[in-house]
Amino acid sequence: MGRTSGLLYRIRGGVHPSDSKEPSAGKEIRRIEAPATVTIPMRQHIGAPCVPRVGKGDEVLVGTVIGDSEAFVSAPIHSSVSGKVARVAPQPHPAGGEVLAVIIENDGSYRRDPNLEPPGPWEDMEPERIREAVRAAGIVGLGGAAFPTHVKLSPPGEYPIDTVILNGAECEPFLTSDYRLLLEEPDSVLEGIRIIMRAVGARRGIVAIEDNKPAAIKAMESSARGSGIEVASLRTRYPQGAEKVLIANLLRREVPSGGLPMHVGVVVNNVGTAHAIAQYFSQGMPLVERVVTVTGSVVREPSNLLVPLGTSFAHAVEACGGFTEPPGKVIMGGPMMGLAQHTMEVPVIKGTSGILALSREETGYSVPAEPVCIRCGRCVDVCPMGLIPTYLGSYAHNEKWDLLHRLHIEDCIECGCCTYTCPTKNPLVQLIKTGKAELARRKQQADRREAERREAVGESGEAGKDE
Amino acid sequence: MNEHKLIVSTSPHIRDPINTRRIMCHVIVALSPVTIYALVIHGLSALWVLAASIAGAALGDFVMQKGRRIPVTLDDCSAILTGLLLALTLPPRLPWWVAGIAGLAATILGKQMFGGLGHNIFNPALVGRAVAFVSWPAYFATGYAKSAAIGIANTATHKAIEGTVDIVNGASPLAAMKYIYDGAAKAPQGLFASNYYKPLLLANPWGCLGEVSALLLILGGIYLLATRVIGWRITVTYVGTVAVLTAITGRDPLFYTLAGGLLIGAIFMATDYTTSPLARRGKVVYGVGLGVVTWLLRFWSNNPEGVMFAILFMNALVPLIDRYIMPRRYGSAGEAKEVHSS
Ligand code: SF4
Ligand code: SF4
Repeated sequence: MGRTSGLLYRIRGGVHPSDSKEPSAGKEIRRIEAPATVTIPMRQHIGAPCVPRVGKGDEVLVGTVIGDSEAFVSAPIHSSVSGKVARVAPQPHPAGGEVLAVIIENDGSYRRDPNLEPPGPWEDMEPERIREAVRAAGIVGLGGAAFPTHVKLSPPGEYPIDTVILNGAECEPFLTSDYRLLLEEPDSVLEGIRIIMRAVGARRGIVAIEDNKPAAIKAMESSARGSGIEVASLRTRYPQGAEKVLIANLLRREVPSGGLPMHVGVVVNNVGTAHAIAQYFSQGMPLVERVVTVTGSVVREPSNLLVPLGTSFAHAVEACGGFTEPPGKVIMGGPMMGLAQHTMEVPVIKGTSGILALSREETGYSVPAEPVCIRCGRCVDVCPMGLIPTYLGSYAHNEKWDLLHRLHIEDCIECGCCTYTCPTKNPLVQLIKTGKAELARRKQQADRREAERREAVGESGEAGKDE
Repeated sequence: MNEHKLIVSTSPHIRDPINTRRIMCHVIVALSPVTIYALVIHGLSALWVLAASIAGAALGDFVMQKGRRIPVTLDDCSAILTGLLLALTLPPRLPWWVAGIAGLAATILGKQMFGGLGHNIFNPALVGRAVAFVSWPAYFATGYAKSAAIGIANTATHKAIEGTVDIVNGASPLAAMKYIYDGAAKAPQGLFASNYYKPLLLANPWGCLGEVSALLLILGGIYLLATRVIGWRITVTYVGTVAVLTAITGRDPLFYTLAGGLLIGAIFMATDYTTSPLARRGKVVYGVGLGVVTWLLRFWSNNPEGVMFAILFMNALVPLIDRYIMPRRYGSAGEAKEVHSS
């Protein structure tokens, strides 16, 4: 299987916004210095947050563990600079609210923690050792979801994995960090997927790239030649890079409702994640920096930066010449799924794939007070999950919770295609998210009540059966 | 930096530039060639019908929205489009006040009574037409023009056809053919369905305003497809079903596609968003249903035409179609298998 598959895969549904990658696509990844202080939040992944392992006044070096957790679904957090811990205190977090963070005064010397060592050659390493190394490196999904990677690499035995997909679709408009990695570090990306394949015991590896990045496809193809790893070219269409969509288009397999890729024998990782894994195996340096696309119409010099984690958004934008005019909106991630920020003082974290600054005009669409639906069917046509977003939105708006469940609201991947495409500017995905949260809350409540009742009855299950 | 001024809202942060007004304007643009041509062919009387129908529709919307104390939405062009569509389904010699009443009925009865844009069950323009049709049927039997009255369409072909159908005075092509097939009148010598092809495509004075040229309607349809205002499913399955059933019945499918309200109905009425199914599969079912009902009405009822009532009838079934014919849900195949094996 040395050949690359040149097929163009079709996606069902989806939208095609202008990809807007041009401003930063041609810019080589540039490393920037960390600011005088870095703010490293103890929650940078899905799962249990870390507990600080350092306190005020402690000396830290680049790569020193500053936070960790006993939980399985978690990943340690390391210092990205050398210096002294100034404080441990709640700080604004790019995912909203305030989160406990370790604030470090950067001494500017970037001394490396002497305890760090590469974990050794992976080629004949036990899968379990690989997973441990990945965890020790603090690696999480770098595409934005930030799910701890070692967890993804630990599928239970009853789900054998045959295929690893590296997601290089980068279907969000504006973002180019994966593109630059594929272009500049194809060998490292390739090494990364091979490590992942060994960890999960997969025989097949596919690097999937959208066809609006021909240079990346070419670079990856020439690097992968003879390795057995396939490079697949995907038709450019958002959300081509959504896990479930990717799997369906590449393998003609559908992840069952409520299931995970491993249920159909697949593990999907982002190309950045693979690169980070390979870096750790070759250098022994945990995840302390990442590639961030800083872009948008109001950024003077859109760029792809290698940013030490904990660097403020303001500092990263400064490194790109600052703003040409005050931005209307600053987003962490892409315009379709990214999170709007209310301050530039939030830090770059492991899940920060981009910092996108849009002008006031670009964000100035009006949202109706009362959702109107002209039943044009566009949202239905674009939903990659085959849902009926207009009904979901209106049932959520009218609090018809059981109907939401009947229409499989929990299958929504929150890609935002429905909202993007709606001519009456209905905030569909926003309403759907609210509906999902409410349903989850109700289910939790019901479960708790049920448990309490059982306890009161004094048995473990029979009581609830005849209802 | 003016940080406190950053807008915070949930994703997505960009939107397709499409909006209701643009969509309505696209449809108006698509209808404008046939409208202008209808005015050229039918002259002043058609202009009165058009003006009264649009004014009636707009007034109906305005009055109802004012009355309900909700924002007036004339600027979304939807009422204007309703009035225009209605006018194109009316006979050119209709008194202007009938057109005006039909326009009022379209937006008041057809749209606002149901709760306004997006909530109506029936196509508003066709509700307006149905009201006029039922209240003043005589005008719909005789309100058509003869080519002699209009210079531009008065060609040799037209004269020849009118010479042969003189026995069924003022008959629309569909009516003429119905008489012939039903044996109600002696078949005029030398008149075949195929004689009608050219006039129907290029200049058809014997019908409603919108029936003046099938060609211009088709061009309008292509424009709507190209601008993605409509999809192909409803129109193609509707026309296709009518054509196939007509051929099976042993009649001329091309004639029955071009004649009467089928094209304007299939391209501009049946594709109305609010009153057609949401999902693509549902649209196919709807189109086929429309074809079957139209065929039944045309050939097995006393009326030569069937498009209006077919669309109104199928409109009523749309909630049912939407309920039972949903898009294929991602992951549903896997579930079925699981259920099977367990
Ligand atoms: S309903 Fe969910 S999955 Fe479907 S388009 Fe909207 S956000 Fe995407
Ligand atoms: S896209 Fe908007 S207007 Fe169209 S059906 Fe969906 S919710 Fe309704």
